Amino acid sequence: MGLEFLDSFLVRAALAGIGMALAAAPLGCFVVWRRMAYFGDATAHAAILGICLGLALSLPITLGILISSVVMAIFVAGFQNKGYASDTILGVASHSALAFGLVVATLFQDIRIDLMAYLVGDILTVGTSDLMLIWGGAGMVIGLLVWRWSALITATLNQELAFACGIDPKREQMILSLALAVVVAVAIKIVGVLLIVAMLIIPPATARIWSTTPERMAIFSAILGIMSALGGLYLSFSFDTPTGPTIICLASTLFIFANLLTVLRPALMR
Amino acid sequence: MTLISAKNLSVEIDGKTILQPFDFTIEAGEIVTIVGPNGAGKTTFLRALIGAMPIAGGRLVSKDGLRIGYVPQKLHIDAGLPLTAQRFLNLPNAADKGLLATTLDFTGIQPLMTSQMRDLSGGELQRVLLARALLQRPDILVLDEATRGLDHLAAASFYKQIELARTQAGCAVLMVSHELHVVMAASDRVICLNGHICCQGTPEQVVITDEYKALFGGDASGMMALYRHQHDHRHDHDHEHQHQHQHQHGHHVHPE
Repeated sequence: MGLEFLDSFLVRAALAGIGMALAAAPLGCFVVWRRMAYFGDATAHAAILGICLGLALSLPITLGILISSVVMAIFVAGFQNKGYASDTILGVASHSALAFGLVVATLFQDIRIDLMAYLVGDILTVGTSDLMLIWGGAGMVIGLLVWRWSALITATLNQELAFACGIDPKREQMILSLALAVVVAVAIKIVGVLLIVAMLIIPPATARIWSTTPERMAIFSAILGIMSALGGLYLSFSFDTPTGPTIICLASTLFIFANLLTVLRPALMR
Repeated sequence: MTLISAKNLSVEIDGKTILQPFDFTIEAGEIVTIVGPNGAGKTTFLRALIGAMPIAGGRLVSKDGLRIGYVPQKLHIDAGLPLTAQRFLNLPNAADKGLLATTLDFTGIQPLMTSQMRDLSGGELQRVLLARALLQRPDILVLDEATRGLDHLAAASFYKQIELARTQAGCAVLMVSHELHVVMAASDRVICLNGHICCQGTPEQVVITDEYKALFGGDASGMMALYRHQHDHRHDHDHEHQHQHQHQHGHHVHPE
């Protein structure tokens, strides 16, 4: 078949990183535009609980993650307009999910969960089946967002504007929640639960500097995400550092560097 | 032809009645203006009619494939979202080239095309919002206090433009406005709203009704300046009782 190149764990890791970056970029833009960073955290934390319950009930781990993420989205939506600020509800949901997840993980000692691997990721152990999952999920998210792109942006701008064009903002919100659940499932093996939101928002935050339209911002984010993933992989391999955090370190270094450049450029041009 | 028709429509938010049951229709090409004090439910009225609001009771029917050009009161754009006027005009669908050219000409926003939406002044933003609404080839233009924040001169020229748009595009116009003196003259029908439809009719008919005078005062200066507290005290007693009654028995309000 000529797929022998997948035998190298480095090639698999690189392909996994690229897949994740491609899916995280367009979704991450919406997370920035709609201020969903905290919601992303809550969804990621719910995944820990999902993994444990999945293992306990002998369900596929990915299914566990998707179910817990969707339940999280429904839980948070259910508390809207109930007299709590949204970040209070997200704080309750996010940290409860993390705490319950960690407790449940120790209750099921016999199923042996490598908790650290899920918290900070373990890209070097990505197997061929993981790779299929990552690219399948990434393809789904990209397809979903490209299909709904204009409707999503309209709904993000103004609800009435969306309704007037026959777009239901609630439906678009659900599509984003679903995409977020899938991206969490995709990224968990690579950067881990604790750093998924970083992968979502740092590349778009950097891309914002040079972007004049939403589309450009998404494309620049994808490029920056891929640079961070591949560069981080290389650096972590060279210096023997954990890969997930190294990827995020590189992404945030790019963010700071890009911002410094915009501040300093007028001075340098003089 | 009837574009939107509401029968006994009522709206609640969190169990609280915002609009008591009302009937409303708007015909093709008609200009209808909603006036009323702050908190009268004017925005809710518009939102309910464009389907942006769950309705508590009654029926709402729109013409099949009704195209709505909506001009919001304001447009908050997150600092993280880069958006040129050009891109905004093509949301959600790419605008027709020929129509785009005439619309840019009509609204005079050609020089703003490459500007970021966040950088536009209030008047510029209103013109861009109007242009986008016109690009939807609307059967009906819906404007929610579109001239808020504009000075009187700018507001007057904005309304001129809307009247012109109605003539050229043949669309109906449904708008909420505070600028009574400007709006009244241009309207075919005025609806006076305060939690319910107080009165409606041609501008000439409406200004002489007691309900209208109670809300806005009889003289011209009263028409131009609205003060919520003032009207609250002036509003006739029957209505006040009615409001209290409705709040206490909020769940029995809608008849259908």
